[in-house]
Parts: sequence; C-alpha cells; structure tokens
Amino acid sequence: MDIKSMKNYIYWLYCQFELITCSYLMEPWEKVLFYSFNIIVLVMIAYTAYIFLFVRISMAFQFFLHLFGNEHENTVSVLK
Amino acid sequence: INHIMHNGGLYKRPFNEAFEETPMLVAVLTYVGYGVLTLFGYLRDFMRQWKIEKCQNAIEREEQKDFVPLYQDFENFYNRNLYMRIRDSWNRPICSVPGAKVDMMERVSHDYNWTFTYTGRVIKDVINMGSYNYLGFAQNSGTCQEAAAKVLSRYGAGVCSSRQEMGNLDIHEELEKLVARFLGVESAMAYGMGFATNSMNIPALVGKGCLILSDELNHASLVLGARLSGATIRIFKHNNMQSLEKLLKDAIVHGQPRTRRPWKKILILVEGIYSMEGSIVRLPEVIALKKKYKSYLYLDEAHSIGALGPNGRGVVDYFGLNPEDVDVMMGTFTKSFGAAGGYIGGKKELIDYLRTHSHSAVYATSMSPPVVEQIITSMKCIMGEDGTTIGRQCVQQLAENTRYFRRRLKEMGFIIYGNEDSPVVPLMLYMPAKIGAFGREMLKRNIGVVVVGFPATPIIESRARFCLSAAHTKEMLDTALKEINEVGDLLQLKYSRHRLVPLLDRPFDETTYEETED
Repeated sequence: MDIKSMKNYIYWLYCQFELITCSYLMEPWEKVLFYSFNIIVLVMIAYTAYIFLFVRISMAFQFFLHLFGNEHENTVSVLK
Repeated sequence: INHIMHNGGLYKRPFNEAFEETPMLVAVLTYVGYGVLTLFGYLRDFMRQWKIEKCQNAIEREEQKDFVPLYQDFENFYNRNLYMRIRDSWNRPICSVPGAKVDMMERVSHDYNWTFTYTGRVIKDVINMGSYNYLGFAQNSGTCQEAAAKVLSRYGAGVCSSRQEMGNLDIHEELEKLVARFLGVESAMAYGMGFATNSMNIPALVGKGCLILSDELNHASLVLGARLSGATIRIFKHNNMQSLEKLLKDAIVHGQPRTRRPWKKILILVEGIYSMEGSIVRLPEVIALKKKYKSYLYLDEAHSIGALGPNGRGVVDYFGLNPEDVDVMMGTFTKSFGAAGGYIGGKKELIDYLRTHSHSAVYATSMSPPVVEQIITSMKCIMGEDGTTIGRQCVQQLAENTRYFRRRLKEMGFIIYGNEDSPVVPLMLYMPAKIGAFGREMLKRNIGVVVVGFPATPIIESRARFCLSAAHTKEMLDTALKEINEVGDLLQLKYSRHRLVPLLDRPFDETTYEETED
C-alpha cells in the first residue's frame, strides 16, 4: 500500500516536471533528445561535484590526521 | 469604503475587484517553459529549412525566396511552434444548440495537430462553460424559438438589401423602439454585427482633430474603430481613474500637439465588462470626470448588457446611474439575448446622424428577421412584458451563480481575476503546457472550457475563462467545481497565497506614468 502511494507520488512529480518544462507537449523524439540532454548535464554535474568535494574532503582528512599524528615529533623539533 | 457609502459617496455598493500578483516562482518557471519551447522551435525550424523534416506550414514559393520574408516574425514563429502543439483546444466543432450542455464532435490528430480527422463519435452533454449564454436564451425550444419560427415563415431568412435602400422592415423599427425603451435612452439603432457596430461607428463620430482616450485593455473592435477614425489616441491604464484624469487635464491644458488649439471633441472609450479580465468599469467615477472636463463617453456594454444590474439593464443599472449621462451606449445582442448583432443608443439627434453617416448603416446588410424576433422576444422576457417572471428569475439566477462559483473557486485556492459580480471568471494558468493540459483534461471529464493564450493575453498570463449562465443549475456548477478541483490538484494550479491587492483608491504614482504620443 505504501509502495503504491509512493509510486503514485513519484509519477505525479514526473507529471509536474513534464508540465513545467513543456515536455508534455513534445513529440517522442523531442522528449528523448530533451531527457538525454538533461541526464547528461546532471551526470556531469554529479561527477564534477564528486571530484571536487571528495578529493578536498580526503585531502583535509589527511591533513588533520598528519597534524594530530606527528604532533610530538614537531614539538621535539622546535625544542631542538 | 462603507463609511463613504453612508456619507453620500459615488458608489452605492461595495466595489470588490482584485488582481492577485503572479507568484515569482511561477513566473520564473513559465519563462523556463517558454525558453525550452523556443529552443525546440528553433531546432524544428532549422530541420524544416534543411529539409530534414517535412514542412507542413505555409512558406513562400521558390520564386519569392529573395523577397521580403513573410513568415519570420515572432507571431508566425509562435504559430508554427507553440500554437500548433496545443491547437486541439480551439475550434472544436459543436453540433447542438450552445445551451448549458452541448454536444461536441470528437476529433483526433495523427500528425500532432497539423490535420484533424473526425472519429464519427459525438460527445454528448458536455457542460458548456465557454458560451456567452449569460441569461440562457440560447435554446431551440420555448417562446423565443416559436416566435422566431413564425417570423421566419412570414418574412423568410434574408433581407437582400442594406438598411438604407430596401432593408428597413417594420420589425427593425419595432426592435429599435424596444431597445430605446429597455436602455432608458431617447432612440437606438441596431446593426447586423457587433464588431462592425464599433469599428464602423466610431469613425462616424470622431475624426481628425479629436482626441480618443481609450482603456489599455479595450477590445479589438474599439481599437480598430479608433484607428480608422484618424483621431489622436491616448491610452490610460486599465480602470485607473487617476491616469484618466491626468490625461484629461493634459488634453485640456495643452490642446492639440503642434498648434495648441483646443481639441474638437474628447471621447472616452470604455467597456462595461472586460472579457479577458472579468473587471467592471468604474462608471460613477468616469461619469464624474466626464462632466468635470466636458468630454463624451462611449460605453461598450457587449458583455454587461443583460448580465449586470437588478433589472438586467447593464452596468448603468448596476451602479444605479442615469442612462442619459452616457452619451453613446453601445452593446451587442450576441451575449445575453442569444441572437447576433449590435446596437447604439443615445440622443435622437445622434442616432439620426448615425443613420445617414455610419458605414455600417449605409453599406451593411440589414439584420435577418428571425434574429430580430429572437431579440424582441428575449428583451420583452427580460423586461417582464410578456407577463411572466422568467426574465427576472434568470437575472437573479445568474447573479447567484456568479457569486457562488467565484466564492468556491477562491476558496479552493485558484487565482481568479476580476470583480466579484462579473459572470466572466478568468482562472490563471500561466504555464504553456498547462494551457493544453487543462483543455484536454476538462474535456476528458465532459466539461468544455475556453483557454486563452498569447495573442489575446500577455505572454505569461494565460488563463482559462469560464462564462457562467443562468441556465446552469447548481448541480451542474457543483459537478464542474468538483472536476476543476481535481484537475487543479492534478496540474498544481492552486497558486493563490490569499494575498489580495485591494483595488480601493490607491494614490497614483507620478513617476510610473508615461505619456504615449500618437
């Protein structure tokens, strides 16, 4: 029952997207073109976000690890 | 405004008009939709030009390809690429009398609305929310039809002459006397076509050296008549009395543009009910301004005659004013009387002048006799002279239907434009895909509506326009409201945030006004 209403809701959301971007009025080949364009743009945005964010996050993580890991060595070098 | 009423102000009843502002998100999404459609329009035009796709619209011939291009302006682009996609909501053929319920012929298109074929099936009993049948006189049975049938068997259908030559029948004289009595004016004249009444009579009344002050949203017939006359035209903001007063002051103070001579005549063109907005003109204020600045008033009551006022006598009756204050009262018989044609009413000298000098009177064919009899019978019915109270009941039923329908739609959360009392109800749709979707979904649920898009309205403000009728029973209205509610939820049309901008007397902003030269 919940799955059915969830599916109906997602179908209704898809209908709203169709109405707002006027793909409701397009012929099938135009719809294919429009959707593939949209999907390609979304995939590229997702990939760029992945590269940009995750690399930065892993770099920041490594930096903090390095900082906390080598703290006693640094203090020793200053004293020297 | 209630305290103004008690202290003897201009208005004897509250004037509730509202035009809710477009929500910002909806406007942005509408532009997104139009942007996508424009891009696809350019793509399709490119494909048609390079013969990748078959070209089904009109193009120039091979020999004319080097001439000035005919089909490259925005109107034609819109026609080819946007209008064609949703064309099935217009020009639907009906095959019965357009009363409260109508039969429609079903048609399908196999090549995306370029051509239509009839399936042969007739969709019966579609609730008709689109016909201008305000008092329910569009019938094929009853007293009007019997009288018209008798006159048809006596006079025939055609008159075969213009009014001035051999086309002046005795029923035309009877009709004109009746119309003059109905309106409360000295004399009236009837014409065969409402559009021609406006466009052919305004040139007879004004000419070069006169000034026409016309409302922003006037009908095409008034605009055409004003342009044909050769007078100077200045436009004031829709129903905005401060704008009108500023124009009148400037006209009187500065006179004609180059010579500074006083204007020969100043004519104010307004309509009773504006059919695209559903707003009613502020007639008491217009008449007060007209008297103060000594100008003339031309009132086009195409939609309001028969539909407003306690006696059905139009917007003058609705505000309780004197009909002699309006110099030229024009109206049509198409809407409330179930016939065709137009009339002009006013002082006897004016109408006698128009009989000889108007193009429509001299050249146009006179009205067909059965149509005249339909008008006579329906007008007598509205006035109550046929001995029954049917007319009065119709007028009251229409007012009730109007109030009920508008109240229910506002409660549901739709954006509705216009005055509380006008039987024309525009429901805002905004997005282009929803125009087509609304028309189709309502027809699936057996309700016929009229949707309006770009050339008739501003490009983002497309709407569905309901015309209420005294022939609609409460059950029909309830069914229609239920379906509109469903379709509104399905298409997400309930944009209203209940932030109504009240149109009471707002002070006019000097800086936003621009004077338009002729």
